[in-house]
This record gives sequence, C-alpha cells and structure tokens, in this order.
Amino acid sequence: MSHLAVLKAAAAAASSTGVSTAQMVLFWIVGIIAVLAALGLIFARRAVYAAGCLIVTMVCLAVLYVSMDAPFLGIAQVVVYTGAIMMLFVFVLMLVGVDVSDSFTELIRGQRAWSIICGLGLVLVLGGVAWRATLPATIGFQKDQDNITTITNALFGDFPFTLEVTGTLLIVAALGAVTITHRQRLTARRGQAELAVSRVAAGTQVSPLPAPGVYAGYNASDVPALDPSGNVIEQSVPEVIRLRGQVRRIEQFEQAQLPSVRPGEAALAGAPARPKPPSGTPPVPGTRQPAPLGDGAAAAEPAGPAAAVPDSTTDSDPAKGAKEQGGEAK
Amino acid sequence: MTQTASALAAAQVATTATGATNLLWLTILIPLVSAGLLLILGRCADKWGHALGVLAPLASCVIGLAALFQVLGQPQGQRTYDLKLFGWITGSDFALNAGLRVDQLSLTFVALVTFVGTLIHIYSVGYMKHDPDRRRFFAYLNLFVAAMLLLVLADSYLLMFVGWEGVGLASYLLIGFWNDKTPNAVAAKKAFISNRIGDVGMLVALMLMFWGFGTVSFSGVFKAAGTASTGLLTGIGIMLLLAACGKSAQFPLQSWLGDAMAGPTPVSALIHAATMVTAGVYLVVRSGPIYSGAPNARLIVVIVGAITLLYGAIVGSAKDDMKKALAASTMSQIGYMMLAAGLGTVGAAFAIMHLVTHGFFKAGLFLGAGSVMHQMKEQTDMRRFGALWKVMAITWVTMGMGWLAIMGIPPFSGFWSKDKIIDAAFIVQDGQTWRAWLFGLVALIGAGITAFYMSRLFFMMFHGSNRWDDDMDPHESSPWMTFPMIVLALGSVALGWVLSWTHFPEWLAPVTGSVSDHEPVMPSWAITVLTLVVVLIGIAIAALKYLKQKVPRLAPPGNWLTRAARQDLYQDSFNDTVLVRPGQALVTATRVVDTDVVDGAVRGVAWLSVGAGRALRLLQNGFVRSYAALMAAGVIILLAIVLATRV
Amino acid sequence: MTPYIVLSAILFAIGATTVLVRRNSIVVFMGIELMLNAANLSFVAFAKLNAAIEGQLAAFFVMVVAAAEVVVGLAIIVSVFRSRRSVSVDDENLMRH
Repeated sequence: MSHLAVLKAAAAAASSTGVSTAQMVLFWIVGIIAVLAALGLIFARRAVYAAGCLIVTMVCLAVLYVSMDAPFLGIAQVVVYTGAIMMLFVFVLMLVGVDVSDSFTELIRGQRAWSIICGLGLVLVLGGVAWRATLPATIGFQKDQDNITTITNALFGDFPFTLEVTGTLLIVAALGAVTITHRQRLTARRGQAELAVSRVAAGTQVSPLPAPGVYAGYNASDVPALDPSGNVIEQSVPEVIRLRGQVRRIEQFEQAQLPSVRPGEAALAGAPARPKPPSGTPPVPGTRQPAPLGDGAAAAEPAGPAAAVPDSTTDSDPAKGAKEQGGEAK
Repeated sequence: MTQTASALAAAQVATTATGATNLLWLTILIPLVSAGLLLILGRCADKWGHALGVLAPLASCVIGLAALFQVLGQPQGQRTYDLKLFGWITGSDFALNAGLRVDQLSLTFVALVTFVGTLIHIYSVGYMKHDPDRRRFFAYLNLFVAAMLLLVLADSYLLMFVGWEGVGLASYLLIGFWNDKTPNAVAAKKAFISNRIGDVGMLVALMLMFWGFGTVSFSGVFKAAGTASTGLLTGIGIMLLLAACGKSAQFPLQSWLGDAMAGPTPVSALIHAATMVTAGVYLVVRSGPIYSGAPNARLIVVIVGAITLLYGAIVGSAKDDMKKALAASTMSQIGYMMLAAGLGTVGAAFAIMHLVTHGFFKAGLFLGAGSVMHQMKEQTDMRRFGALWKVMAITWVTMGMGWLAIMGIPPFSGFWSKDKIIDAAFIVQDGQTWRAWLFGLVALIGAGITAFYMSRLFFMMFHGSNRWDDDMDPHESSPWMTFPMIVLALGSVALGWVLSWTHFPEWLAPVTGSVSDHEPVMPSWAITVLTLVVVLIGIAIAALKYLKQKVPRLAPPGNWLTRAARQDLYQDSFNDTVLVRPGQALVTATRVVDTDVVDGAVRGVAWLSVGAGRALRLLQNGFVRSYAALMAAGVIILLAIVLATRV
Repeated sequence: MTPYIVLSAILFAIGATTVLVRRNSIVVFMGIELMLNAANLSFVAFAKLNAAIEGQLAAFFVMVVAAAEVVVGLAIIVSVFRSRRSVSVDDENLMRH
C-alpha cells in the first residue's frame, strides 16, 4: 500500500477519535524517539549517557503533553523533571564517578533471562490490554478553556488538602535528605594550628604557597608569579595545570626591563643609570619604574605618588603592597 | 415372700421387730471401719491393733449367728428378707438400690465366713506375733471379711460385684504381704490378673443382664429369667462361669492358686481355702434361675468342674511343697462343688453343704500346716519333715481329723457331703445316660486320687523316718494357734453329721431348688460302697509308698506324669505361649504404630515443612534485582489471571 | 488515545527492565523515574479522553512526589556510597540466607 493511503487511513482514524492528523504524526515521531531513548537507558554502558538518554525521553514526553492539551504539565515536566530532578541525578553521578561503567557480565544466574521475560511479559500484558480495550470517543478539552485556570481551580478548589500535604512532603523530604547525609565527625577537625604543626613536623613548606601571578593583561591561574629575582615561581601555578603542561611562560608577555640589583654594574657598562626599584617591589611590565632611593629620591618621590595614583596600593606602601600581593597569592 | 425392712434411720434408732437381721449391715461396716482405723492410725496402733482386728470379725460373727438363729426360728416361707440400705444409682433408664438380701444361702455364708474368719484371726495373733507388720495384716484381713460379707449379702449383681472386687483386692494385698521379696509380689500380680480376666466375664454378664432385662438386681433378674430366651440365658451363664473360674481357680484360670501360697498361712487358710475361692460357687448357685433356663451353660459348668477336679488331684499328687499340695487339693474340691452346682437342682444344695464342711476341714489343714511351718523354720518341703507326730501331738490330731474328713471316711464330715455329690453325679438328667456315667465315674476316681495324695501328705509330714535338718527343734505351737485348730477339727468331725441330721439341704431348698426324686444309675448304697473301696485303695497305695518305704530326701525323677504334675501340668508355659507372648506382641505392635505411624506422620509433616523451607531459602540470595524480578513476574501473572477472567 | 496508552505501557516495561538489568543503583533509580513518567503519560491521555482535569492534577502530584522521592533516594545512595565506596546494587546483599 502506498504511504499516502496509510496517511489517509491514519487521518481518518485520528479524526474519528478526536485526535488530529498533525497530532498523530507528531506522536509517531516523538514516540519513536522516546522509545529509542528509553532503550538507550537500558543499553548505555556509562551512567552519564544513560542520564542523557533519559533526559531525551522526558523532553519527548513533555512535547507529547503539550500536544495533548496539557501545556502546564509539559512545561512543568521540563522545568521540574528534566531541569531539577535529572540535574540532581547528574550531580550525584559526578560525586560517584562519571566514568564508572557497568560491566556486561551478569552475576546472578538467570537474571538476564528473567528480565527479558518480565519485560516482554509486561509489554504483552499491559499493551495487550490497552490494544484490545475499546475506549469511548475522545472528548478533549474545549479550545477556549484555559488550561492553567482549569488546573488552578481544580487544585485549589477541590484538592487544597492534597496540596498542603504535598508541600509538607517536600519539606520532609528535604529534611530527610539532610539527615541522611549528615556525617558525624569521628575525629577532631584539623584546624590551622594542627595543620601548621604537621607541616613543620614533616619538614615540608610551612608557609602557604604563593599565588599565581596577577598581571594587567592576564589574571588566570596558569600564569606563574615572579620572585624578587625575576625568576618564575613554579609552585604558584596549581599542580594540575603544571602536570598538564599548560603553564604560560613569562616570555610570552611584554618583556619588562628587569633592573639589576648590583650597584656597580651600571657604571661599568656605561648604560644609563637605571633607577633602583624600591626593595621588595617586583617590576611591573608596562609601567615606569619608580626612581631609586637616594639619587632620584626627589624625582622618585613625585613620580612615586604620581605613578602610584593609578596604582595607589602598590607605591605608597611598598611593604604593604608586597604583603598584599603575598596575601593575594594565597 | 419378702418382707421390706424399715429405713436406715429407723434401724439405727432402735431394734425393730425384725431384730438381728436388720443389723446385718453392721457385719459389713464393723470390719470395714476397723480396717480403716488400723490403716490410718499407723504405727501408733501397733500395740493393740491385733485386738481390734480380732474383735471386729467377732462382732460380725455374733450378729451373723444371731440373725441365723432368728431366721431358723421362722416358719417355712418367711425366711427371706430384703433390706434396702440406700438409693445407689438413680437414673431414668437404670435405677438401683443398694440393699441386702437375707435368706438361707446368704446366712449360711455369713455364718461360715464370720465363724471361720474369727478363728483364723485368733490364730493369726499367734502366727504373726514376731512380724512387725502384724497390724497391717489384721487391717487387710478385716477388709477381706467386710468385702466377702458384702459379696454374699448383696441383693443385686452390681453390689455383689463391689464385694467381688473387694475380695480380689484383699487377696492381692495379702498374697503380696511380704512385698520386699519379689516372688511374692509377682504371685500377687498373677492372682490379680487372673481374677481380672474373670471379672471381664462378670462385667459382660452385667451388661447382658441390663440389655436383656433392664435390671441387675436379683429379684428383677430372676423374675425376668423365667421368660427370657435361651440364648441370652446361656450367654449370661457362660459369662458368669468365666467370672467364677477366675475367682475359684477353676480351669482355665487356675494357675494363680499355687503361687498364691506365697502369702502367710492364715491368708491361705481363710481366703484361698475356705471363703474367697468359694465365691465362684456362691455365684453359680445364686444364679440358679438363670442356669435352669440354660442347660448348655449348665453342662459347661459341669465339664469345667470335672476337669478341674482331676487336674487338681493329679497336680497335688506330685507336689512336695505341702502348701502347694493343699492348694491343689482346694482346687480339686472346688471342682467337686462346681460339678454339683452345675448339675442343677439335684446337686446345688450338696455343693453348698460340701462348701461348708470343706471350709472347716481345709482351714484346719492349712492352720496345721502353718503350725508345722512355724516349727520347722518356715520350710514347706515335706521331704524334710517326717516323724512329727511325737513332738506336735495337737497338730497331728487336728490334721488327722481334717485328713479323714477330706477323704470322705464315715462318719467324718466329708463323707456326708462328698458322697452326696458323687451320688448326684450319677443321676440321669435330660435323658443323657452317658453323662451320668461319665461324670459319676470322674467324681469317683477323683475321690480315690484325693485319698491318695492326702494320705501321702499326711504320712510324709507326720510319719515315717526323721528327715529333719540338723538344727530343727519342733515342739507344739502356742495356744493362740492350737485353739482354733481344735475348734476346726471338731467341725471337721461333727459338722457333716449335724448338717445332715438337721436337713440342711432341705432348708436351703427355697433358694437352691428342691432335691427331686431322681434316681442315680446305680443304687445309692452301691455308690457309697464303691467310693469307700476306691478311697481305701488310695490310702493303701500311699501307705505302701510313703509309710512302709523310706521317703527319700531328694525328689526322685519320676515318670512323665510326675514330672508334668510337678510343673502344674505345664500351665505356666501354656499361659505364657498362648496369652502372654501374643499380648506382649500386641502391645509392642501398638507401640510401634504409635511411634512410627502416628508420631511418624507428625514428624513427616515437620520434615516436609523443614525441607520446603530449606528449598525456599535458596530464593533469598540477597540480591535486590532477583527480588525485583520475582515481584515483576508475580505482577505479570496476577495481571494475566485477572485479565484472562475478565477479558 | 490507544496509541498513547500503548506507548505508556512500552515505556513502563522498559523502565521495569532497566530496574532488573542494570547494576548501577543510580541507573536503577532512573528506570524507576521512567516508570513514573510512563504512568504520567497514561494519566494525561485519559484526562484528555474524559475531559477530566483530575488526570492532569494526578500527573502533577506524581511529579511532585517523584521529586521528593528522588531527593531522599539519592541522599541514601550518596550515604551508602560514602560508607561502601560502591554504587552497585549487587554489593548490598547482606540479607542473603
């Protein structure tokens, strides 16, 4: 038989039951997708893929709800079910381990056979009943009947008590979840003092690790900080980024003229006297270096405050700035 | 003609016009109360217990004899009284009063039991002098007297059964009196069980009477017996005979009497010679109206009596234990009485007459045996006696009187009673001549064997050579013991003649039936002469063997009959094979059925449930998914069932 | 309306099979959610059939209760994971014979 004839028959059948052709087409497409996604739920090896399949199924069902004159329920399905419940699932999956996968070997004897039998049996029994039952003609909701209003009238008019009880249920469920996952400390909490003591005892680094570098153009945690000598501090970048080899190299930035610390070198090389940076202040690329103490103290002083205006915290109190930078690195 | 007595209350207040017969219930009550007192008071009554124990039957004897003389003074036709004591069973279908029937038969027994009983009680004072349990002995003896009097005075079969059981109990208690020795207890048990088998017959007879007549009182039954069917009467008669066999040690329930000699000698004298064993004869004679309507039952009674007669005589001839020989003799003499009772009206009165005389001379023989036992340090083996006549003269004389009486030598008492029985046995009844010849000859031959074994006993005990053990020093017993023996010996001598002269059988006739004028097949004088000849032959043989020849101390092997007789004609082996073994097998089978079948079924149910549990347990493997699979399968099945029935 | 009911039955059966087959307890839970959704679909279909808004209300309440149930159920799974370090349903078989 040609496809047209099938469609015509479907249309005839559909219109007799009060379901429009478009609805039937939508149903077939969406329904098949839903079933396939549900099958994916069974067969997906990774739990996260299974969750994704279920989300697909739920969205398909939401579409079907909307097509069945239940828009509120369809939106609620997406928002509540897919948006909240499935997200909860995904969160827990992340806690548990996203790449934990089921093995295909079945440990319980005969379980697979029984499962197939039960599944097929259920389909046959329930589907068979549904197939053979003769349903009365579909009445359907009126076109001008506002779904939300109807639901609201029924919910608050006929079932207020159920609503209240459901609210209580939700509160109780939340409390229950908190209670269930409450962990009791078996040992005393290791506070700062204990941590410091253990670090000293172990001989590892006692002070906190330095923070990643903070530069004008780059503020990410993969940029290392520079020590007073201008050397890169490896430990300021998180270990993971280090292990992945994603540390940004300082030479990629605008190269800053790094002042030398030895006083006699400038006279030897004949280079113009470089202003000595105030002790402890790392050179910031792109800004004028502050005048060194003594020689250009007078020149530095006005330059300091002037230069310090856009960067007031750094220049006015170098020691404080260093401390703050050190604090930021934590 | 019966005369109803006044109520119990009136009898208690004052003596009524009927005098001593009204007080006959006291004859039962006094020994019963005495027995109760002696048992309850226990050790504190040890000092004076025997005195009370003697006075109680003496009181009964006085009342009994007073009643007897009162009735003797009454004219003919006024000699039966019925005393209602109290309403015993009151029901709609079955009502019974407890009462006493006072007539010639019962008064004869009352006089016999109380008189001989009192004498034996006096004898026991001396006999049990050194026994620490003497008080208990008298309690049991009094209990026996009370029960026996109830038996003979009862006016219904059911009340008589109460006394019947009572004497059985007393017999058991007294046979096993020295119950620290196991053989005594075993003998008591054997006696009780044999009695019990007879009691089944009594119970079945009672049931048949109730079913057929609706009553068990004498007056009711005898009135109804005149019109009842022969089959019913035969059935009742056979059942009553079974009861009598158990109580009187007749064939086939005779095995207990020999072993019953394990009890003290006064017990053997009173219970197993004079009184209890005669209760069976009383029952048969009392039930005369029943037997007169059932000739077949009567024939069986005669046959049983004849068999026992010969049985006892043969066994008695081979026994070396003097008490066992006397017991066999008792069995044989009661066989004579049964034979006579079974002959019906021609012989019943003579059965009672022989019963009375036998009571006297057998009791006397037993008391003498007890006296000898005491002197010979409780030995009973006659082969160790001999030549006692010189040292125990009174015992020798009194036993001699008993010996002559039992053999039937004129003019001693046995002659008058036993001869009449042999005479009656030769009478033709119902036209059956061969029966008269058969039973008559049996009785005759029995008389001869009786003479033989009694002479054997007498010669072995008192005459011949001295075969004592070295440390024996016999002398005459104390007056407590010799006085009763003398009285009984006087009875053995004179009582038969007295009873005959006073027309005792005719006096009994209203109860036992009148002695009609049947003629025996041989003239009476010929029978008497033949009997005497046979008796003398028996004495002669015994004298040859045991008087002239030396009696060996060790029993010689003897021929097959002797050996069989020593084993009581294998009665114990027979009982064992036929009754005991099958009974034990039945009990074992029942026990096996109980433990294996009944308990096995219960255990099987338990085993099934445990096994099912074990199998189902394997379903619990702990895996949630398999439980879920089970649930899903269940849901599908349920749905399928529901839908299948509806769709 | 019949196809909707049949679809609901199919989804329900798939959800039940997931419960039976999968070993990861979170995936099992997801199968249960699928079963609830299938029932919801049935409710809505019948609501349309009978023009009774109570069907949609029932589906709404089912959703709410499913949310509460998921909360508690996942809390339990997390708690079990903390102590046993495993989310396999087969590892909780202490109630065996």
